[in-house]
Amino acid sequence: MTGRKVLQVDWVPGSDQLRGRCHCGAESVADDPVAMWKWLLDHPNHWPDHQNHPSFVRREAP
Amino acid sequence: MSEFVRNQWYVAAYGREIGRELFSRTVCGESILFWRTEAGAVAAMSDRCVHRRFPLSQAPSHLAGDTVVCGYHGFTYDQGGACVAVPGQTRIPRTARLTSYPVTELDGFVWVFIGDRANAGSTRVPRAPWLDMPGWTAVSGMEPLAARYSLLVDNLLDLSHETYLHGGYIGTPEVAETPIVTRVDEEAGIVHVSRRMADAACPPFYAKSTGITGRITRWQDIEFTPPCLYLLHSRIAPVGVLPGADGADPDAFHVEVVYALTPETEHSTHDFWAVARDFALDDQGVSGFLEENNRTVVLQDVAALNVLERVIAAEPDGYQELSINIDTGGLAARRLIAKLR
Repeated sequence: MTGRKVLQVDWVPGSDQLRGRCHCGAESVADDPVAMWKWLLDHPNHWPDHQNHPSFVRREAP
Repeated sequence: MSEFVRNQWYVAAYGREIGRELFSRTVCGESILFWRTEAGAVAAMSDRCVHRRFPLSQAPSHLAGDTVVCGYHGFTYDQGGACVAVPGQTRIPRTARLTSYPVTELDGFVWVFIGDRANAGSTRVPRAPWLDMPGWTAVSGMEPLAARYSLLVDNLLDLSHETYLHGGYIGTPEVAETPIVTRVDEEAGIVHVSRRMADAACPPFYAKSTGITGRITRWQDIEFTPPCLYLLHSRIAPVGVLPGADGADPDAFHVEVVYALTPETEHSTHDFWAVARDFALDDQGVSGFLEENNRTVVLQDVAALNVLERVIAAEPDGYQELSINIDTGGLAARRLIAKLR
């Protein structure tokens, strides 16, 4: 699915956390899928709303 | 407001169910009459005579060549639903026409388009080619589900329930224990949920059909194209046996588990299921085993979801749910379905 508009959520092995990756390249983690999808679907407004999240990871779009 | 997703193709029947006998099935609340013309094409039209609403699938209604004759007063319709004869008079009222439905036969399924027929040609019909493909053998069936469509979506998108509801058949502890990866292809409108078990017990369903006696590498890759077609690409191999770098995978067993989820009413669903395999192609014993076992598994789901439907139907709207990691794919499916409405 390379190059397609794909949202991905990985259940991080060995943990209870979910790591989400938006098609724009932004990533974040959440403790439950409702929060995870909420964050992903906030595109393109991920950054202002989530940059204060302690586990927020900012990546540049590829 | 109706919960049905319209302007979509739905599986209405297996091709083998439609012949020269009148056949009725309700899809998204619409009672549809199916029959085959003398040339072998499937015709689909409303199962209610325009005169006094008598079901055209009800005897003594019958086929006469490529027309349907209502068993109540003799109104006669062609394969496009147009009335071509009424009793006792030569003038046929202009409004004497049954709603007809676009249909297509693919992969052993009869698909029917529910919605504005002008949209049928531009709307994707998802494929399950393994059901009718050289090199594969399939078994299939359909179970009536007295539960709403959304409960079956939830069920199939979260296979961790195999461990608890289907233990002794397809469930092992590793299914519920193994983290999933969920991908949503926004452009294609498809949900993928992948669960890759590197070292798992082999459940009886696969042990008896493949002959593997030890532990297995088990992959479950779900591909759900809402609203109707669900594919589970299942790969079974002895522990540590992986596909080659070129993608060749001769030492694994591949099973394509196909479901078509077709709403019947707001509170009932047609649960079409099929299991296709690329091994033991001519072994009737394996076919019989997989057919019986998968039907048993489906009936375990049916029993559970029927109970759940009764519980939910009795509760006020807006009941509280709790979602955890295993529900990531199910939530994605719900969103894509909502987008189609």
